Amino acid sequence: MTQLALVIDLNVCVGCHACVTSCKEWNTSGSAGPLADIRPYDRDPTGTFFNRVQTFEVGEYPSTETVHFPKSCLHCEDPPCVPVCPTGASYKRKEDGIVLVDYDKCIGCKYCAWACPWGVREIDEARHEMTKCTLCVDRIYDEALPPSDRRPACVMACPTSARLFGDIHDPESDVAKAIRGCGGYQLMPEWGTNPSNHYLPRRKTEVRIAADQVVRADNPLKKDGKLPKPGLNEPSLDDATSW
Amino acid sequence: MPNKPISLERRAESTADLQVRTTTCYMCACRCGIRVHLRDGEIRYIDGNPDHPLNKGVICAKGASGIMKQTSPARLTRPLLRKEGAERGEGAFEPISWERAFSILEERLARIRATDPKKFALFTGRDQMQALTGLFARQFGTPNYAAHGGFCSVNMAAGMIYTIGGSFWEFGGPDLDRARLFFMIGTAEDHHSNPLKIAISKFKRNGGRFVSINPVRTGYSAIADEWVPIRPGTDGALLLALIHEIIATGLYDRDFLVRCTNAGQLVNCDVDSSDEGLLVRDPDSPEVNPQYPQNKLWWDRHSNRAVATHAPGADPHLLGEFRLADGTPVKPAFQLLEERVRDCTPEWAAEITGIAAATIRRLAHEMGVTARDHQIHLQIPWTDAWGVEHETVVGNPVAFHAMRGLAAHSNGFHTIRSLAILMSLLGTIDRPGGFRHKAPFPRGIPPSAKSPSSPDAVKPNTPLAGLALGWPASPDDLFVDESGGPVRIDKGFSWEYPLSVHGLMHNVITNAWRGDPYRIDTLLVFMANMAWNSTMNTSEVRRMLNDRDEGGEYRIPFLVVCDAFQSETTAFADLVLPDTTYLERHDVMSMLDRPISEFDGPVDSVRIPVVPPTGECKPFQDVLVELASRLGLPAFVNADRSRKFADYRDFVIHYETEPGSGIGFLSGWRGKDGSKFLRGEPNPAQWDLYAANNCVFHYELPLSYQYMRNWNRGYLEWAQRVRMRRFGEPILIQLYSEVMQTFRLAARGKRAGRQPPEALRERVATYFDPLPFYYSPLEAQITDRARYPLCAVTQRPMAMYHSWDSQNAWLRQIHAHNYLFVNPATARAAGVADDGWLWIESPWGKVRCMARYSEAVEPGTVWTWNAIGKVSGAWHLAPDANESRKGFILNHLIAEELPAGGGATMSNADPVTGQAGWYDVRVRIYPADPGEPPEVLPQFAPPADAPGTGIVRRLLQAYSTGRRGGRAGAKEAP
Repeated sequence: MTQLALVIDLNVCVGCHACVTSCKEWNTSGSAGPLADIRPYDRDPTGTFFNRVQTFEVGEYPSTETVHFPKSCLHCEDPPCVPVCPTGASYKRKEDGIVLVDYDKCIGCKYCAWACPWGVREIDEARHEMTKCTLCVDRIYDEALPPSDRRPACVMACPTSARLFGDIHDPESDVAKAIRGCGGYQLMPEWGTNPSNHYLPRRKTEVRIAADQVVRADNPLKKDGKLPKPGLNEPSLDDATSW
Repeated sequence: MPNKPISLERRAESTADLQVRTTTCYMCACRCGIRVHLRDGEIRYIDGNPDHPLNKGVICAKGASGIMKQTSPARLTRPLLRKEGAERGEGAFEPISWERAFSILEERLARIRATDPKKFALFTGRDQMQALTGLFARQFGTPNYAAHGGFCSVNMAAGMIYTIGGSFWEFGGPDLDRARLFFMIGTAEDHHSNPLKIAISKFKRNGGRFVSINPVRTGYSAIADEWVPIRPGTDGALLLALIHEIIATGLYDRDFLVRCTNAGQLVNCDVDSSDEGLLVRDPDSPEVNPQYPQNKLWWDRHSNRAVATHAPGADPHLLGEFRLADGTPVKPAFQLLEERVRDCTPEWAAEITGIAAATIRRLAHEMGVTARDHQIHLQIPWTDAWGVEHETVVGNPVAFHAMRGLAAHSNGFHTIRSLAILMSLLGTIDRPGGFRHKAPFPRGIPPSAKSPSSPDAVKPNTPLAGLALGWPASPDDLFVDESGGPVRIDKGFSWEYPLSVHGLMHNVITNAWRGDPYRIDTLLVFMANMAWNSTMNTSEVRRMLNDRDEGGEYRIPFLVVCDAFQSETTAFADLVLPDTTYLERHDVMSMLDRPISEFDGPVDSVRIPVVPPTGECKPFQDVLVELASRLGLPAFVNADRSRKFADYRDFVIHYETEPGSGIGFLSGWRGKDGSKFLRGEPNPAQWDLYAANNCVFHYELPLSYQYMRNWNRGYLEWAQRVRMRRFGEPILIQLYSEVMQTFRLAARGKRAGRQPPEALRERVATYFDPLPFYYSPLEAQITDRARYPLCAVTQRPMAMYHSWDSQNAWLRQIHAHNYLFVNPATARAAGVADDGWLWIESPWGKVRCMARYSEAVEPGTVWTWNAIGKVSGAWHLAPDANESRKGFILNHLIAEELPAGGGATMSNADPVTGQAGWYDVRVRIYPADPGEPPEVLPQFAPPADAPGTGIVRRLLQAYSTGRRGGRAGAKEAP
């Protein structure tokens, strides 16, 4: 069974927020309705975004790691936001595993937002409906778009290609290979929701130069007279033998 | 909000009805290719153009928010004249017609041009439009022109161009496709943005190792394999120590140094000679070109005598002391470099930088061993400038990138010379896996373009005899009068800032106000927020703009500002010209300015309007063409004074640098049949050809011309033939800078011709050292560091570009205000709480702001994001918006002048280039009193909303194309 999902490679995410605003601009003019901005030019602006990037620090100076962490709906295989919905607006598609909101049924009660451990469902203050990442369901099957554009907006935008998209149940897909090959992990598996989105961890590349690698026999200092052989008149064993 | 206040009828949309137009982004100066998807003329969305060589389909947060820039209520839409009696800064304007605006400008500028052209000053915030703005200024005849570089990172350009003939950003960059080891120094985000992101990701995934040297660990540094924290302004010490260690261990690429640099060239060491410290000339070899003399000497190892450089079969000593036949003592340049760095041990640098000596040694070994043992051989035959054929192109896969962290210090020029020397020692210049140039670089050292050298170049009703911004090769090229005083208002190319190759925008207002060197009449500012984040000592500058002389006239009588948005600076203007956004106009990313070339060949590009101008906005370029035509500037009018060009679009097609030169603003599809590159007859179909080709023209060089271009015979000749360069001599890397020595000799009274004024002799003699040396930044030297122990720096965020994006409803949700990031140990020692209010104070000013603890900053540094703080009410934000109440800029703490002892002042700038010493300021922090209001200080009174700006949706906005209901309701009832 197909389960579409995103794999986010934390090893190359630089926190640029391209995914954040690409998602916003694609979806705000979409069929579901616009994404609100509250107090857009006033104090404490806020608004509906399906995808956000948090940057946090791990460890203490000087061993600090800074991690850029994008987060959007993880399209759980066992999504807790679905059974709690009183109108049945929140549902998971059988054909591809995308979790969606049927806006004609949603009453904006926010129960799903309470149920989601990751806070990725946001109420749109203008439409009074619960909104979330749709994995660009309106792009990926749209035959009016060229095939190379039938991908989520965030995936196309990401300058470091940190966002991979595909069917995690297909062992030969890029996403499945990345999860297997790079130790892709789920967030908070203890919640038991089996999130489909995975994250690829940081990997460090280290180099060890052995002390005897540094100076090579053919090093240029010899040509430049810096490592001269001893002079012929300097003391040597020849002056003191009695063999 | 229980009710739905906006009509939100759902409508299934179809992408089949979208029209796609390509153009070039300008949310920052990266200038990615974009696709703008339109529905019935409205922008549906913007994404990256997959077929564009620069960004290959990706787009950043800013680019994807172009819609909010386009529709921002802060847009200026009508020309504005300051109301009679209103003060500058109040923002009290009346809208006027363009005809009246042009009349005002024409009358005033014609008068200036006919009497004293230098009383007109034109300064622009962005370099990437200099082709036209520079031409206008030159044609007008004023020397007072520059873009923002002197203020920003000119040290990066000058330090590297005077050493290797190229630099970073659009001039060149790291070849991460083939590098194995990559050092990023002093870089946060800069405008070579998306391509660097693409490259770093590929580099890491290919197993490359990425080391970041920076006081702060954010952005790119987050994904570095190793973070090396460093104290700001000390990178020069680190680099000299790395050079020391590379030389001491023999890890330099000797063959490269011998053939490609001046390492083996003999320097005159006769202390009694007036040529002391200059490279010895061989009287028996032809000079070939007086600008780039080819007759230097080596001391040949084989025959043990002086020979012409590159003599076949010869190999120079790089170390040692020798005596010429005439008795002159000489040393190879490399010997002098070795002497210079002899004491620059890792232990010495550790004290200064805060980096452990063992780490410095390890990094030196890593770069040296990687370069030496992982050499690349590409199967590309090429011929060097001395006729030797090579079967392969060799590369040493160690790459670097560096930015403002090195440049924005008063010791930046020498620091960056050290970096360029290190990159050269490792043998990585224009080689695979190292640094590669981008056309029109490499250029001669220095480039042959020159500014005028005397005030005679400025004549009424006459174009300037020279370029406003050139490349001095000696004191003969300074732009000074007979007494050695500056001709430019910003004192560029004077003895105070001899190599100020990007001008000194930060000096203009202060100098004009003070009348030193003279007063000007009209200052035209384009796309520069000079009354806010683009200035130091901000409060004072704002006062100066409003200051009057004894006669009651403004000290700067007429201020014209062209901008697309109501900024802090537009409020101070006498005349405001509303510019279009990037989506509404034609633009060129020209070879004459800063094109978007790739490593493999020249690339230039255009913008083509995808939506019509808003209101009465006019592209600034069209304004300049119109003004130039009205003023009768020679390049813009025929002999009978009729105008040559209808508008900017027409100008780009038909303008040639000289009649019949065939060189214009765009290099692609020239010639009658569109088949010529860079030089060819104007082609009326040129814009259409760009439009049909993703708005970009990419000329791919043959493989054998793509590398080693400083010394590549094929490339050098090609560059001459296509007129990219006038001269074709090989460009030898100047480890030892003879240019610098000519200034030193003048200062010591040993050089005939121009010498500095007495008061500047010692300064010039000290800082014009032909080899780099480390000195503590000037401000640090005069600051009581016990009282002000911390360094304060800024970084550019990835989701905002200078002050350009607070008017953007989406981007400001990412950065509405900023914090001062402080290491927790430092903060606790000062009694400052996390998220608490504090004062940050320098000897020159103080700011109240909020703190945020961060383990990702070295303890001696505090930092914040650049330009987030705004004046209350500017950018059409509410007077109590976060940007002004909780956002702040550090500029108030930074002085443009420092005390120099004895009541004198010196510029807070690099003594070589005039680069503003932004990151030199020293500060202290202490908590705000609990009784103080939780608000940033200083505050400024909000200017009035300019007429013609948009209605602001206060409570709610929801953008959607084709939904009138969704965007209705201007000011909702609360």
